[in-house]
Amino acid sequence: MPQANLFVAAPLKMDRIAELRTLLASMNVDPGMANPQNPIVPFGQFDRLHFARFVILEDQSLDDIHAAYGLPRREYPLILVFIADFDGNADDFRTELARRAAVGLSRIFSFCEGFSPDADLVRWMKRHENHAATAYVNWVGRTVQRIREDDALRRALQMHLQKNAAVFAEKDSTEVRRLLRAFVEAEKTAGRIKLSEEERTPLAWQLRRVVHLVGVPLTLLALAPVLVLYLPLFIFQLRRREKSDMEIAPRPDPKHEAALSQLEDYDITNQFSVMGAIKPGLFRRWTLSFLLWLVNYTARHIYVRGHLARVSTIHFARWVFINGKNRLVFVSNYDGSLDSYMEDFINKAGWGLNLVFSNGISYPTTNWLVLEGSKNEQKFKYCLRRHQLSTQVWYNAHPGLSAFDLKRNALIREGIERDDKTDAGLRQWLALL
Amino acid sequence: MASSVDYDDVQGLVRFGYPRMTEACYFLVKIKNASATRDWIASAPITSAVKLEQPPKTALQIAFTREGVEALGVPQNIVNGFSAEFISGMAADENRSRRLGDIDANSPTNWQWGTNGNVPHAVVMLFAEPGFFDEWKRSITDQSWQAAFEEMYCLPTSDIGGREPFGFVDGISQPEIDWEQARKVPINGHEREYSNLVSLGEFLLGYPNEYGRYTDRPLLDPVDRGSSELSFAEDQAGMKDLGRNGTYLVMRQLSQDVRGFWQFLDKATNSNSEERYRLGSYMVGRTIADGLPLVPLSSRAITGIGKERDGRTKNMFTFDSDVEGAQCPYGAHIRRANPRNADIHGAPKGLISTFIRILGFGNKNVRDDLIASTRFHRLLRRGREYGPKLTPEEALQPAPDNDVDRGLHFFAINSNIQRQFEFVQNAWLMGTKFDGLTEESDPLIGNRSPIAGCARTNTFSIPRRGRVRRRIMDVPQFITVRGGAYFFLPGISALRYLSKLGD
Repeated sequence: MPQANLFVAAPLKMDRIAELRTLLASMNVDPGMANPQNPIVPFGQFDRLHFARFVILEDQSLDDIHAAYGLPRREYPLILVFIADFDGNADDFRTELARRAAVGLSRIFSFCEGFSPDADLVRWMKRHENHAATAYVNWVGRTVQRIREDDALRRALQMHLQKNAAVFAEKDSTEVRRLLRAFVEAEKTAGRIKLSEEERTPLAWQLRRVVHLVGVPLTLLALAPVLVLYLPLFIFQLRRREKSDMEIAPRPDPKHEAALSQLEDYDITNQFSVMGAIKPGLFRRWTLSFLLWLVNYTARHIYVRGHLARVSTIHFARWVFINGKNRLVFVSNYDGSLDSYMEDFINKAGWGLNLVFSNGISYPTTNWLVLEGSKNEQKFKYCLRRHQLSTQVWYNAHPGLSAFDLKRNALIREGIERDDKTDAGLRQWLALL
Repeated sequence: MASSVDYDDVQGLVRFGYPRMTEACYFLVKIKNASATRDWIASAPITSAVKLEQPPKTALQIAFTREGVEALGVPQNIVNGFSAEFISGMAADENRSRRLGDIDANSPTNWQWGTNGNVPHAVVMLFAEPGFFDEWKRSITDQSWQAAFEEMYCLPTSDIGGREPFGFVDGISQPEIDWEQARKVPINGHEREYSNLVSLGEFLLGYPNEYGRYTDRPLLDPVDRGSSELSFAEDQAGMKDLGRNGTYLVMRQLSQDVRGFWQFLDKATNSNSEERYRLGSYMVGRTIADGLPLVPLSSRAITGIGKERDGRTKNMFTFDSDVEGAQCPYGAHIRRANPRNADIHGAPKGLISTFIRILGFGNKNVRDDLIASTRFHRLLRRGREYGPKLTPEEALQPAPDNDVDRGLHFFAINSNIQRQFEFVQNAWLMGTKFDGLTEESDPLIGNRSPIAGCARTNTFSIPRRGRVRRRIMDVPQFITVRGGAYFFLPGISALRYLSKLGD
């Protein structure tokens, strides 16, 4: 069963924002950390929900367009965003939202312009949704239920191995697996372990996937002559801009820094919400749209098993255009502290970050779209931190489990359930236990 | 343009550990009188990094906290040029404490110093060869010292034969600083192999770091008071560099439960002494007898290793040969503290294989490419032990009623506290998910505090080839933080600048 997501964005009534902040804060146990059982949106009751968050898009960098391009500052209303990553399709999830949290959500959305409590919540949300330009899922098809089952299985196996350490100490991998399988069978019979069948991907979904898989390369092929002809001009336009675009990366304001860091590191997974304006003019806007379209292709068909390029710590991430294509929001759920995340960004996927974010105002200067930029370590960190937003409420259905944990647990289960391992494969499996 | 280092302008501690000066103490002081302190600094015989024909028998070093820098009268706009970590301090922000693992027993609320009005303004470090210390201390703490400082603590150190209190050889691995600035870092490319030679800018401000950039530091306008003492910044025309030849000093007082350590190991191995030492070695990653790594030495020469007399045999290794962790556990202290990896996994040679790696493919093992590149996270350690020696055998005996505290004054020198010390501490040592592990943190210094969704972090795994890993359960906390602070260790001309602030 593949994953889908929701990104509801609606402008806020400016006079009631403090009240909204208080309401959102009341949903948390620690700053920014949702109480799964909070009565407003009881995230913990949603069996298919992986991550969710409420963010007020409060852009700190609205003056940059004036500083960098001499253009007038553009005013935007503050926007409230509700984001969710879940199993199955968005229609089912919206219905579930309306069923379990209609009152709470209506209370929250009543702070938005044009929301009336009598309105149909589902329709209202649908009308205010923005589609992701690029959506990344760490492991397409891995459901919350499966994550929980995998982890319960691993814990049970650990406990069994620990209790019988002397028995297992000198057994080889074949023998260990035989014994553990027998144990799992017994536990299943006793109802203490549940390993349910994988839910099938709906046919319509599979069809759409195939159409996309083939359609994008075909489109590219069709466009190829134009793109090739355009390339020299593109390079000229790009290089000219790269030489003149201004970077704006002062050290983040200590208050802003403190507000962000008080929301971090309660769980080994953290949330990241960042936004910025796209550089003025059609060149950057089209370049960015094109690139995100390509990245989305890789996220949908290539990076579907545990890593996005070299970065293996992101659970879910997405890039979404808002306010026409004037601004871009990036949200992700990643393992480790921000320092580790930035380290991954710079040293493992710096080129990819440059590719996308260099089209945003203020980003450290790039060369040839992928070089330098993020490699300007301190400026890059300052720039991203400055564009980062406080995530008012964040929910993680599987705290304490890193993306690697999820992968390892799934591989452990695979070894229990399937028989296709070579001797070397079985030894590697044993090492995961 | 990078210029060569003026050793005269660097405090000696960056270049030397003063191993022959086995006697030392660290004065934690508050500035009683700013003007008297400036006078004291102006005349203090601070030891520089110049190599002398006749090595000195004594040394004196000084470093300041943000509170100290302010007390000396450095204007706020200049103070703001220091790094955010230094300005905030080690203990003042609970968000930082959470990241550093300074919670529960390690919480600053339990510290003896470094928190809540108990933050020193400076640490004054005195070193001397045996027989010279008392006289050295007397000469330093003269009348002008009395006028300048209020002594908070005089932290003693002890020399227990080049070993840390648990009994393992200490301080074997150090980065080799590229003083000559011969190293060329790849700005957009990758280092394909682990190198122990690290850019000068990682340990001294004012020089290019491993990214080929200059780490942020306070730069002064030439019209600012006292700035005539400072040299110009290499990277910003017309600005004076207060950071140049200075660096940050991270200091943490780590109390070590030596009895608890050996008694736990003894119990875990049913009092088999050979097994006990083996388990201890697994936790450290080196043998207790001679500090040799548990993995075989590398056949390939590693850049930046081999200058010291016997460092060669003990440091000429990476963990590349031990993918399974069966020789040196993934979670062993030395593997966490310095994973010795390169920028890109698998040392690809060709353009295509490199490209495949960059796109995130070509990994053979499930753990490949999990760990951040080591060269951005190196620390120069200058710590010393305190408390009397206790051999592992003695440690098995029950503690007498009047047992004393023993441990390590951990000192780390780095030019970017956040990327170096804090990263290593957070992601690698305290990290319960380091290198694909779970439910465990550093076997020596981990705090064993539960994390959300994961109640236990107090195990230690010893992978075994072709067998189920051995798992040590319920590992207690062996090391407790008793104090700590971030200091600025100024260059000599920066000290002159500080001494002139009153004029």
